[in-house]
Amino acid sequence: MFGDYSIGDLGSIFVMQGFAGLILFSVYVLMALGLAIIFGQMGVINMAHGEFMILGAYVTWMTSNFFQAYLPGLFAGYFFLAMILAFIVSGALGMLVEWALIRHLYKRPLDTLLATWGLSLILQQAYRSIFGAREVGVELPQWMLGSLNLSDSIQIPINGIFVMTLTLLITAVVGYLMYKSRWGRQVRAVVQNRIMAGAVGINTEKVDRYTFGLGCGIAGIAGSAFTMIGSTGPTSGQLYIVDTFLVVVFGGAASLLGTIASAFSISQTQSTLEFFLSGSMAKVITLLAVVGILMLRPQGLFALKVRK
Amino acid sequence: MTANRFVNRSELIGILVLAAFLVVILPLCLDVFRLNLVAKYLTYAFVALGLVICWGYGGILSLGQGVFFGLGGYCMAMFLKLEASSVENTKIQSTPGIPDFMDWNQITSLPYFWRPFHSLTFTIAAIILVPGIFALIIGAAMFKRRVGGTYFAIITQAVAAILTILIVGQQGYTGGINGMTDLRTLKGWDIRPDHAKIVLYFFEVGCLFACIFIAQFIRHSKLGRILIAMRDKEDRVRFSGYSVANFKIFAFTVAAVFSAIGGAMFALNVGFMSPSFVGIVPSIEMVIYTAVGGRLSILGAVYGTLLVNFAKTSLSESFPELWLFGLGGLFIAVVLAFPDGIAGIWADYVQPRIDRLVGSRKPGWVASIDSSVADGAPAE
Amino acid sequence: MSDENKQGLQSAFRRKLLMGMAAIPALTMLPRPSFADTPATSAINTTGLAVTDTEVTVGILHSATGTMAISETGSIESEKLAIAQINEAGGILGRKIKIIQEDGASDWPTFAEKAKKLLVNDKVAAIMGCWTSASRKAVLPVLEQYNGMLYYPTFYEGLEQSKNVIYTGQEATQQILAGLNWINKEHGAKTFFFVGSDYIWPRTSNKIARKHVEQHLTGCKVVGEEYYPLGNTQFNSVINKIKLTKPDVIFTDVVGGSNVAFYKQLKAAGIDLSKQLLLTISVTEDEIDGIGGENIAGAYACMKYFQSLDNPNNKLFVPAFKKMWGEKTVIGDVTQAAYLGPWLWKLTAEKAGSFDVDKIAAASPGIEFKGAPEGYVRIHENHHLWSKTRVGRAKLDGQFELVFETKDLVEPDPFPKGYQ
Repeated sequence: MFGDYSIGDLGSIFVMQGFAGLILFSVYVLMALGLAIIFGQMGVINMAHGEFMILGAYVTWMTSNFFQAYLPGLFAGYFFLAMILAFIVSGALGMLVEWALIRHLYKRPLDTLLATWGLSLILQQAYRSIFGAREVGVELPQWMLGSLNLSDSIQIPINGIFVMTLTLLITAVVGYLMYKSRWGRQVRAVVQNRIMAGAVGINTEKVDRYTFGLGCGIAGIAGSAFTMIGSTGPTSGQLYIVDTFLVVVFGGAASLLGTIASAFSISQTQSTLEFFLSGSMAKVITLLAVVGILMLRPQGLFALKVRK
Repeated sequence: MTANRFVNRSELIGILVLAAFLVVILPLCLDVFRLNLVAKYLTYAFVALGLVICWGYGGILSLGQGVFFGLGGYCMAMFLKLEASSVENTKIQSTPGIPDFMDWNQITSLPYFWRPFHSLTFTIAAIILVPGIFALIIGAAMFKRRVGGTYFAIITQAVAAILTILIVGQQGYTGGINGMTDLRTLKGWDIRPDHAKIVLYFFEVGCLFACIFIAQFIRHSKLGRILIAMRDKEDRVRFSGYSVANFKIFAFTVAAVFSAIGGAMFALNVGFMSPSFVGIVPSIEMVIYTAVGGRLSILGAVYGTLLVNFAKTSLSESFPELWLFGLGGLFIAVVLAFPDGIAGIWADYVQPRIDRLVGSRKPGWVASIDSSVADGAPAE
Repeated sequence: MSDENKQGLQSAFRRKLLMGMAAIPALTMLPRPSFADTPATSAINTTGLAVTDTEVTVGILHSATGTMAISETGSIESEKLAIAQINEAGGILGRKIKIIQEDGASDWPTFAEKAKKLLVNDKVAAIMGCWTSASRKAVLPVLEQYNGMLYYPTFYEGLEQSKNVIYTGQEATQQILAGLNWINKEHGAKTFFFVGSDYIWPRTSNKIARKHVEQHLTGCKVVGEEYYPLGNTQFNSVINKIKLTKPDVIFTDVVGGSNVAFYKQLKAAGIDLSKQLLLTISVTEDEIDGIGGENIAGAYACMKYFQSLDNPNNKLFVPAFKKMWGEKTVIGDVTQAAYLGPWLWKLTAEKAGSFDVDKIAAASPGIEFKGAPEGYVRIHENHHLWSKTRVGRAKLDGQFELVFETKDLVEPDPFPKGYQ
């Protein structure tokens, strides 16, 4: 298929395709991070993860409308505020959900699947009732559109660079929080032994609530960022959910490193295959490979050693 | 309760009541249209029944039962579709004699894996074996390596997602997102008119009771007791010398086969099969039927399925919006407040009163389930 | 006609209501039926449909929930508008239309179940509904078994024709061919790259487009054909392939949420639609609402209706629609096609002098609707519509600017010879 093209053309395409893979990688990490934190630290699968993301997207949409109407001069910078708001709103809802729902179910992890699935149905219908069944278009400031021209033939999408930077930043912050901060030590202590952690004076309920809130808040930021590359509608969250779960499961669910490694391998496989095959086939082959590997190594790439 | 009888007295009464309800009361009260709806709902009851065994007793939550429902349904639908695509019926196509969707996708001869489906015997075997073997493979891969709990649930979900994408993507061979529609006859017998629907309904109820008896048998055999023991204290069962993985694989496979039978019934009763039953959403909805009925109650699974679907149909006729809130609320309520569903409510509130009315007879089946009511989910 | 009335009215609200009524084309343009206004029920309904002396019942069957609600909402709205207008104008054969609305919930078997309910239990005289091909395929056997009548609004892949369905949208050849010819002639386009969602409609449409490009347009070829699963949100790889192959035209039939992702990423990748030709058959004004005008401005869309069409019918239709459903709603091709359904049914019933499905089906060919917002349509013997094909160019505000329309009505050809 490459016979007809010049070396220069092919070179630029491979550079751009490399970036496409990196962008896909960032998107996967961003999607999966919130879910991985909650699953890894609490053993809870949040089936409403996609809906928390869309909440972030709707917050972004409202912020953009607000700026257009009242502060058009500051429109260029609204996105940063929108992301912070998305984090706060999704995080707050997450904490509310933890308090009302999840904390009653820590002893029955399978039931949290069902309860959060119910929550996702309710949220979807709530979005539909509040924002309407149609998709909403989030307007972006001019500087976030278009691409960066590295050379005449190499163009890198600005929103892709934005997502990559954001992912890097958030991963760094989460890594710091989990492994360097006092709070992270508390979280890990609770994961390892809840009773002992409580006995040494850690408020385990509070730790749980903030962990869940953090996971949902990151989902909110992800949703906010994805308004740049995807759609915002009541059921848009469903578009991301399969990929998200696969990344988390494949990574082994218990460690951030696993999630990142799994996002990397899935995204690179998919983006390479997409280039040589049709998108649909690429997806199927990637998914089959993931499931095949999971059959051989069901605990995922990086699993905590647990005795069972 | 004697161990070698697989139905005790009050269970027998329960089964008879259900039989009377399904065989006598519903056909007398409902017109053919509604009866056909009930037939459609009951196809999900097969899945719910399977989930009672694998989730309620075995503690294995599968969020991918739609996969097996779909495999069974597609096997049946392939047979029916081939029969509906006789050369005579399809003479306007460029290649007569193959299913219409193949013709639209420029396939000019019947693919090799379709050919055996000309035979009804092969089809019936495939309905049982294809999902059964598939479940066996997944189960062996997962349980031998001691994967369980939430993790297993998510992997089954991934399988459901993959199968959906495969079916939709390979539309020349599967009918794609449209599914296989316009199924007409079974061995020359038209399955569409009203009298056929009635016959099919009774046939389905018959199969359902066969499955109920199998489930009862499993539940009361030594095997069923090991399953429950395993769910509650997996390690102790393992240290007692049992192969936990094999029992789990068995429960999962039985559930898969039940689902597949339900799927085949669906194709027969509804005349239709589509990838929308294979995906994540229907699979999870099927779990809620079991949860509403009571995850430990075999008969509850049937009632739960009927109740949720009746509610869905009637509520969504008048208040489609309310329905989603209702369904979502139902998930949460069942999990938070009534982890044992209708069966639990019955056992806790209704049965004692009936007993008081009838006399001081010992409530047999309440006692038989109460030990397992306390905590439906397995210890991780 | 409404000038005198306007003066007498105080509120803007009432004025708008009258504008809505003014959109009733039948009042001014159509001959009155020749028989008495209210014929006896027994004469016009011999098959036990839900027709009383004052009312006739129709079903509306779309997804109000689930993933397809995004697209189908517009169709529900315009069907309700048409029915309200018909009722304002006196109904059909002296009977007001009563609506029973059912939710297909984006689930094909539910569509079949609800269609059966509408036909068997409610005995509706006609169903306005379905959107995706899959839902129509699910409903079709039910319609044929219980002899119902469906008015189906979406442009679709063809390869189907039923006595029990009137297809008010365009079939694939009708929609695509004129657009391809135009872009070839007007812009000298020679190379085409196809991108679609992976299901039957895009695949069939692209198959037809490919045959046309390769066999009927001299010196033209297809340099790429790519499909992505429904709901896919990452298109960077295919965009790179487009950059590599440098086609004259990107021809797209991506649907749903993927649409939004595709155009946003295309724009971000530096493909400037004011320079790069892009012809889509799946983006209407409804979709642009979600995509955002700035992401798609410059692209060409090929279909039969745009909200911006400049004709007297449309000038009445658009305000009436906005009056009923809000100033911000937009009207896409399918929404307009859905609006035709109740009107065509009314005209057919009046011509047949009956609500009986068989008589409606038999009377349908040749029915003309001169009040159609798209201009003028006529029902073909194959139950599809004769209609014009138009090409519009997307503008920043989310509207299309008409750049081309076929001179004559294009004949619907659901089983195109040489394209299969």
